[in-house]
Amino acid sequence: MSEDTSADRDPGLQPERTRLAWRRTTLSGTVSALLAVKTALHSGPSPAALVACALCCALWLGFLLLTHRRIRTLTTADTPSPLTPRHATAAALCTIALAACGAALVF
Amino acid sequence: MGTGRAGGVRTAEGVPVEGLRAPDRVLHVSFVQNVRLWFAPEEVRQDGRTPDYRFSLANERTFLAWLRTALALIGGGFAVDQFLPDLRWGWRVGLALALLAAGVLCSLRAVNHWVRCERAMRRGEDLPASRFPALLSVVVAVVAVAMVFVVLVGWEG
Repeated sequence: MSEDTSADRDPGLQPERTRLAWRRTTLSGTVSALLAVKTALHSGPSPAALVACALCCALWLGFLLLTHRRIRTLTTADTPSPLTPRHATAAALCTIALAACGAALVF
Repeated sequence: MGTGRAGGVRTAEGVPVEGLRAPDRVLHVSFVQNVRLWFAPEEVRQDGRTPDYRFSLANERTFLAWLRTALALIGGGFAVDQFLPDLRWGWRVGLALALLAAGVLCSLRAVNHWVRCERAMRRGEDLPASRFPALLSVVVAVVAVAMVFVVLVGWEG
């Protein structure tokens, strides 16, 4: 990024802003996942709670992986390719699965 | 196709559909078509021409902002469950589930709106209008008022 000194460099820093947006979103996901883990372990470590806990951690890792792959595309390509629908859907599905996990935990 | 009859229903491809009149059914049809597109990158890519990558990235950031909103709602659901233990069970679980459901809706809408915007940009059409932001604001306001009420009442009883 900082070594990119080409003359037609995008003055709006679009890839950087998008990269930071992915980072922010991961941060929000981290907070939600931590709250989910807290909810899961609130009433002692029962087997069901541990499974829910592991599931939340897996979802968080999945989102982290999506972020990592997208950021790599954004930072390595000269003109970054647009987000693929599958990637976007996977990110949204991670969020939805976390909510489903939460609904199961809250009950 | 050139008659331009008011209320005529067309699919996303601009082909008129017979027998569909109500706007909600149109919405339903286009939603189902969009769900197919979520998983089919090559179909989106066949459409129109590739827009300036900056527009695509802006669309992506908007998508991520909506995803953050969804995550915040989901986190709020967990927070209601965890940090308001004095509430009665029904209120607490009801509010938590409502927030979680709002988070699910928000992320579904995020990806759907992203696909629609992406396709509109490729085809050079206007970006899709949406009443979802207004709807979400109203829901959040109602939930906030409900929270104030529930916290006040719940701590008495």
